[in-house]
Amino acid sequence: KKSTPVAGGDVWSGVWVVIEYNRGEIAPVSWELLGEGRKLADDIGCELAGVLVGHDVEAVIPEAFAYGAEKVYVVDDPVLKDYRSQPYAHAITDLIRQYQPEIILMGATAMGRDVFPVVATMMQTGLTADCTVLRIDEATKHLLQTRPAFGGNIMATILCKTRRPQMATVRPRVMAMPERVEGRSGEIIREELGLTEEEVLTKVVDFIKGDAKSIFLDKAEVLVAVGLGIGSKKNLVFAEELADVLGATIAGTRGAVEAGWITHDRQVGQTGITVRPKLYIAIGISGAIQHLVGMETSDFIIAVNNDPDASIFRVANYGIVGDFNEVVPALTAEFKKRLQHGVAK
Amino acid sequence: MHFVVCLKQVPDSSEVRIDPKTNTLMREGVPSIINPYDAHALEEAIRLKEKVGGKVTIVTMGPPQAKEALRKAMSFGADRAILLTDRAFGGSDSLATAYIITQAILKIHETDPVDLVLAGKEAIDGDTAQTGPGIATRLGFPQLTYVIKVTDITSDTITVHRKLETGREVVQAKLPALLTVEKELNELRYASLPNMMNAAAYEPEIVTANSFEFDVTQMGLKGSPTSVNKIFAPPARSGGEKLDGTKDPKGVAAQLVEKVFQENIVMVSPDAKGGNR
Ligand SMILES: Cc1cc2nc3c(=O)[nH]c(=O)nc-3n(C[C@H](O)[C@H](O)[C@H](O)COP(=O)(O)OP(=O)(O)OC[C@H]3O[C@@H](n4cnc5c(N)ncnc54)[C@H](O)[C@@H]3O)c2cc1C
Ligand SMILES: Cc1cc2nc3c(=O)[nH]c(=O)nc-3n(C[C@H](O)[C@H](O)[C@H](O)COP(=O)(O)OP(=O)(O)OC[C@H]3O[C@@H](n4cnc5c(N)ncnc54)[C@H](O)[C@@H]3O)c2cc1C
Repeated sequence: KKSTPVAGGDVWSGVWVVIEYNRGEIAPVSWELLGEGRKLADDIGCELAGVLVGHDVEAVIPEAFAYGAEKVYVVDDPVLKDYRSQPYAHAITDLIRQYQPEIILMGATAMGRDVFPVVATMMQTGLTADCTVLRIDEATKHLLQTRPAFGGNIMATILCKTRRPQMATVRPRVMAMPERVEGRSGEIIREELGLTEEEVLTKVVDFIKGDAKSIFLDKAEVLVAVGLGIGSKKNLVFAEELADVLGATIAGTRGAVEAGWITHDRQVGQTGITVRPKLYIAIGISGAIQHLVGMETSDFIIAVNNDPDASIFRVANYGIVGDFNEVVPALTAEFKKRLQHGVAK
Repeated sequence: MHFVVCLKQVPDSSEVRIDPKTNTLMREGVPSIINPYDAHALEEAIRLKEKVGGKVTIVTMGPPQAKEALRKAMSFGADRAILLTDRAFGGSDSLATAYIITQAILKIHETDPVDLVLAGKEAIDGDTAQTGPGIATRLGFPQLTYVIKVTDITSDTITVHRKLETGREVVQAKLPALLTVEKELNELRYASLPNMMNAAAYEPEIVTANSFEFDVTQMGLKGSPTSVNKIFAPPARSGGEKLDGTKDPKGVAAQLVEKVFQENIVMVSPDAKGGNR
């Protein structure tokens, strides 16, 4: 059953997407990747399949077809109930050895970045981390995998020329969500796990769900960050009200940490945490380089500062020059109005 | 217990830029540091040693200059440091890097059995987060990634908290195991003066491609399935639009929020609690 991972020939065919399903939730990046996978499969002229590994996954299968999979490979076993690297990697690797896809993708999530390196090692093939652009080279049909490195200071295009499958994890929310077409169907291929609970070396004991206030900074989608410009701890309430409306997490500068307004685990920057939220709102932050390196790759940045020459405006998509006392409550009220009308959904 | 720390010397990545003309990395004058996550892996190893007894061995693959990082690491209280350095190791991708480091750990393991390997969550230069899991897989050890707390260690199990998108997971693994760690795991200590003085004169053990039975086809550029085809600067971020909020803050706020929706910045609904993945 063990095939040697060599490239070439027509044995390695098809684009696969591993669908991330855990604790009853599907990571949306799985569907984004089916959308992207469709384009790659069309460029190569091969089929697109979903891979579903877990327990009680039946309800997810029609969703995978709705988002464009032509085939779904399923491994459903009680051992796979809680995500664990070893049995998941075992299931995915067995499928790869048996059905030999040319390309296999997964979200660059906690799960994807945990399991894919294990699979790549078992297959002795290359893996590109955290890609933001994928293309098929017209001449060679190799997968061109582009990713940021050095904390986002450089971009690199990576190739895996001589081994198969070509593997990549892809950053969530970068690829477009494809259209969901109800009622599509395709072939379902089921395989056994072939691993017993006794053989698994880890056990999930508990899961403690975080809320917006306690969520880890680098995982938050929306951040409201404060700097020394808010003047005092009691003014944090302006930021908190805005954060509540947006479902955002509070963060801040080293200045705000040293002043004792926020704790160190909320600090963004060189000596804090590097963040990449969808939206970063900077309030009373000057934009020192040590702060900017930790947040400048955010998708969208809004800055509020009363100094029109503040450096933070150089990285902000939109800046409001003004006093946070006036501007922030106005923003909060405006977001509240719009979100309640459901415009954002 | 025997703790092995995988430690990488990295350029201070916030200062690395691309030469816009040649599209090559400008590393000159960029200071080298211990990969920040690895410093926390080392700290935890030393804390565990202080708690349960044993020793801490550091393994680094890199150029001869990485000795500096190893001396620094020794000053925090490690017992032994090994530098894997050879031209043949250069250009290794994460698969090959994990192969080389694993061979060294296996060698150490022969004479001094390893109970726990600690690595950083990721290196701030390559940023792949693939080396730790690669080593665990090759060693056949269970892996626990994104560790933010070690709650318990016994002679044959370890229990940790792992940081995930939507919360934290408590997991137990059989030893020997491998952890990859986050910065929140612990607070770094300062080196003591006697330790610093001892470390300044410390000579790390050197391992080259000839030191033991390395398979040369699995290392370096040739042994690496991935290759960097090209590097380039990310599209520069230019400052966007600036609005004057001094006279009519409400009007300007409305204008900005309108733009945010036009740009289709997906908002997380408040009840999604920030964990919308
Ligand atoms: C080695 C090193 C590492 C560092 N690491 C970090 C790090 O990880 N993270 C980090 O953040 N910093 C870090 N720093 C510190 C950094 O250099 C800055 O000092 C810090 O980021 C400044 O914080 P700030 O923007 O809150 O304060 P300030 O620079 O004081 O800026 C306050 C801003 O608020 C504005 N303001 C004032 N009043 C108002 C008002 N009423 N309404 C609106 N705006 C107002 C001002 O115009 C000003 O721009 C580091 C420094 C060093 C040397
Ligand atoms: C721009 C660029 C892009 C790259 N992209 C990829 C890619 O997509 N896929 C790929 O396979 N390779 C890639 N590489 C190569 C990769 O950076 C190297 O293989 C590197 O040796 C290990 O990967 P890393 O830096 O990502 O470390 P990570 O895997 O992020 O490091 C995790 C942990 O492993 C340990 N560790 C890592 N390296 C060492 C070491 N030398 N000595 C001791 N411990 C260590 C440390 O504990 C570290 O915290 C890329 C390199 C560059 C320059």
